[in-house]
Amino acid sequence: MRIRFKLDGQDVEVDVKHTDTLLKVLKDRIGVGSVHFGCGEGSCGACMVLINGRLRYSCLTLAGYVDGKEVTTVAALARDGELTEIQRAFLENDAAQCGYCTPGMILTAKVLLEKNPSPSDEELFDALAGNLCRCTGYIPIINAIKSVSRR
Amino acid sequence: MAKLRGRGIAAICYPTGMNLGGDPSQTVIVARPDGTFVVNVASVELGQGLRTVLSQIAAEAIGASVEDVEVRFGDTQLAPHDTGTFASRTTHRMGNAIVKAGQEIRQILLDIASKILEVSPQDLEIKNGKIWVKGVPDKSITVREVASQAQFVYNTPVVGKGHYVKPKSIVDPDTGESDPHSTMAHGCVVADVEVDTETGQVTVLQLFTVYEVGRAINPKLVEGQIIGGAVMGLGAALRETVYPRYPQITHQTKSFREYVLPTAGDIPKIIYKIVESPTPTGPYGAKGVGEMVANGIAPAIVNAVYDAIGVQITELPITPEKVLKAIREKSQSVNEHRV
Repeated sequence: MRIRFKLDGQDVEVDVKHTDTLLKVLKDRIGVGSVHFGCGEGSCGACMVLINGRLRYSCLTLAGYVDGKEVTTVAALARDGELTEIQRAFLENDAAQCGYCTPGMILTAKVLLEKNPSPSDEELFDALAGNLCRCTGYIPIINAIKSVSRR
Repeated sequence: MAKLRGRGIAAICYPTGMNLGGDPSQTVIVARPDGTFVVNVASVELGQGLRTVLSQIAAEAIGASVEDVEVRFGDTQLAPHDTGTFASRTTHRMGNAIVKAGQEIRQILLDIASKILEVSPQDLEIKNGKIWVKGVPDKSITVREVASQAQFVYNTPVVGKGHYVKPKSIVDPDTGESDPHSTMAHGCVVADVEVDTETGQVTVLQLFTVYEVGRAINPKLVEGQIIGGAVMGLGAALRETVYPRYPQITHQTKSFREYVLPTAGDIPKIIYKIVESPTPTGPYGAKGVGEMVANGIAPAIVNAVYDAIGVQITELPITPEKVLKAIREKSQSVNEHRV
């Protein structure tokens, strides 16, 4: 089937199988570098994207589902090379080591802070519960998000 | 039923690398035509910060500024032999190789600069991308300019090669003495835990850690290793296991749903300190850090659980099931003694 959707603001048209996941199409067909395959079953958050502004695991989303919708990856956040506040906070707090979880972490943080600009620790931990990180020990990531939340 | 608290301590001596003649590292540093440098290593950047640390070591050894050094890694066809990126070995082993290669380049630069500035090489100083005549800071030239002129004017390739291996040490048959390791890093962990005797749940309240790392070439990156390692150790202590939960292999852990990693909400307070005691065998005194920061955590937690409930859990991870079983066995044996 042929699907059309907006990827990071640009119109995309691509032939997909009914069984293709969005992750597979983004990574293997379109060549998006910032969505990562971690587990393929919605446990780790490395493949997260925004679909119509809502946080989704692209590994659990069928590509056909995004026909006519807007898909946003972490690559669309920076404008003209200018990083967003949350991205700068990740840099300043050394919140990335290998970087595999980082796009998902940043998108999760963005969505959380848009809904709730001053999350409690509990709300922050809840929001990050779907994103696994193996290198940083989470503390730098938590510090980065706290540094841009209003409290 | 109660929530019992306990404190446990573990200490660690961690040898860097494989040792005993078994793990050589080699590198070649080459100047580009513009006078910047490429360090070719077959080691791999995994997120531990190798690119940054090796650039710092190379810049220091050459006398170049760190922005003018690029570390290229991961291509075993383009770089000389390296045993691998494991055993906390790359900063120490590859760092040592890079120091040697950098010093070869430094000598080439000083020789060329002495021709340009018309002074003897012994009268020159080189640091942070600048070469100048001792005592006459005005009479100077940049490292980039010298490295470039070496190639275009003086027909000299600016290439440095370096290697490091811990020589094999034979055990003395009489005394049993040998020199098995190249350097030893040290650490200590104190864990405070709370054990719920009703559910068997172990909660780590806080971790105090201190590590002696030789020289922290990049303290920020060492901190990153310490925190990340602590959480990895925490997962190993309390949750992570690949063993089947039922007798058949088909029930083995296959995904992150059964192999449960710590998530952001599971992290206790981690207090850490870096102690520096430079080793003569390391590049500027550095030792390996990567693994020991994970290794001491589980033993400290096991000891803290012992302090809390009086039972030593001897198999990781410390699951609620094992804790409850241990508590029950202990109370049964106490009752048997009473009878």
